[in-house]
Amino acid sequence: MTAAAAVPIRETSAKKPSFDVEGIREDFPILRTKVHGHPLVYLDNAATSQKPQAVIDALVRYYEGQNANIHRGVHYLSQIATEAFEEARETVRAFVNAAQTSEIIFTRGTTEALNLVAQSYGRTNVSAGDEVLISTMEHHSNIVPWQLLCEEKGAKLRVAPINDEGELLLEEYEKLLSPRTKVVGIAHVSNALGTINPLREMIALAHAKGIPVVVDGAQAVPHLKVDVQDLDADFYAFSGHKMYGPTGIGVLYGKHALLDAMPPYQGGGDMISSVTFEKTTYNKLPHKFEAGTPDMAGVAGLKAAIGYMNGIGIERIAAHEHELLEYATEVMGALPGVRLIGTAREKAGVLSFVLDEVHPHDIGTILDQEGIAVRTGHHCAQPVMERFCIPATARASFAVYNTKAEVDALARGIRKVREVFA
Amino acid sequence: MPELRDLYQEVILEHSKAPRNYKALEAANHRAEGYNPLCGDRFTVYLEMDGDKIREIGFQGAGCAISKASASMMTQSVKGRTKAEAEKIFEQFHELVTGHSHDHEAELGKLAVFSGVSEFPMRVKCATLAWHTLEAALEGKQEKISTE
Repeated sequence: MTAAAAVPIRETSAKKPSFDVEGIREDFPILRTKVHGHPLVYLDNAATSQKPQAVIDALVRYYEGQNANIHRGVHYLSQIATEAFEEARETVRAFVNAAQTSEIIFTRGTTEALNLVAQSYGRTNVSAGDEVLISTMEHHSNIVPWQLLCEEKGAKLRVAPINDEGELLLEEYEKLLSPRTKVVGIAHVSNALGTINPLREMIALAHAKGIPVVVDGAQAVPHLKVDVQDLDADFYAFSGHKMYGPTGIGVLYGKHALLDAMPPYQGGGDMISSVTFEKTTYNKLPHKFEAGTPDMAGVAGLKAAIGYMNGIGIERIAAHEHELLEYATEVMGALPGVRLIGTAREKAGVLSFVLDEVHPHDIGTILDQEGIAVRTGHHCAQPVMERFCIPATARASFAVYNTKAEVDALARGIRKVREVFA
Repeated sequence: MPELRDLYQEVILEHSKAPRNYKALEAANHRAEGYNPLCGDRFTVYLEMDGDKIREIGFQGAGCAISKASASMMTQSVKGRTKAEAEKIFEQFHELVTGHSHDHEAELGKLAVFSGVSEFPMRVKCATLAWHTLEAALEGKQEKISTE
């Protein structure tokens, strides 16, 4: 099956195809699941998205017809596996508009990509007395790697604050960019609040002072068109599993000159040119950062996921999700007792909320009984919870296959929660 | 299929809204803090021990309905008991909420309302957080305990 065959857009007229969400839903086998007797309403997409048949098929196809270790064998299968792997790298390059494929490094996910930058770039360039700047709204995976680095080096972690809407305070951010700042780590989109950060402006401000910027793009790539050159991001990390791809595969984009000057992150096979006990020479980019046998099936799945998203069109995915988020904000915001957490002007994908007197865990259990999957807790962003003086939130997060009817089901579920606790 | 009302029984909802012994004890000679890092629930248990006996008990903190009601009802059930008796109740309570044994429902008295938790495995930690904290306080441990 080609990517084009999976495109679930029905032409209503020659010029204006309508967005056929029901057709899209048919591409995702798991959406047929019944949970406690109800149709599954999957609103936990910021944690991980579901996978279309095209991605599942790509995994099967890989193991049925292509599996062999890459970059090594001279035999037939190794050759086609290697070609498929490198083709996928080109697909990813085009997807985020990187200048060259050597700037695309496959990792296990966003977390590993961010750790790679902190450990390789960070350990080389950050010393005692230096500063690393992040923001209040970071996911733990864009906090802890920097903390580890700062502890080791005797450097200081600085944090740019946010306002009550969950928006970054740009002026404060600018003030915190000091001569000692050696690197900035920032989320493109907040996983707990949904805020879209003004990345281009933030990167330009950092670059004006010669500071490189590492972007956690895990929550952005599934929802927005990302162009790393337009953003002028120095590093950009994202995960396959949040954008309809398999788990265990992610990407680090890095500018060639930066990556080239960095020492390897892990040692092993594939990342070397030659090894003797006296001296090892490292392989060229991107292989220098891909030690060991990579997740080749995952890469095949990621390629299929990008094909699937491109088939629908990122702009159309974004428009559909934006409409859903606006609708959900209106419907949920109107429910008595509901307080939305994260009301930034620019948002994507996420609706976090708390309910008077009812703990998010109780909300989660009661919604689950209605077949509705939301995330409850601190969303690996404890500093955000602290900022809003709450222990946790309930979070509904959207994907291309969600519908307004599902938002209505969520609202009915919340009414039920209030009934239980009345 | 598990029923919501088995979990959110009236008694549990009532205790979560108006927890008993919800206070810090000035004269506490044992205390411990319990924390569930997965959901952020956090409770402190205060004990005034008279030798081996729990003369007075109080708790404070934040958590879901299950964890708060469990803490509240725990304070009622162990007040006036010895350390060994309290530990035995916890053992029986733990067997009940994990679904391992319903043999002690009669002995557990009011605490038997938590039997529905066994149908909701994700919520066992909510029901046992205060109890783990009590155990730590009885042991005289001062460090923070965690469900993880």
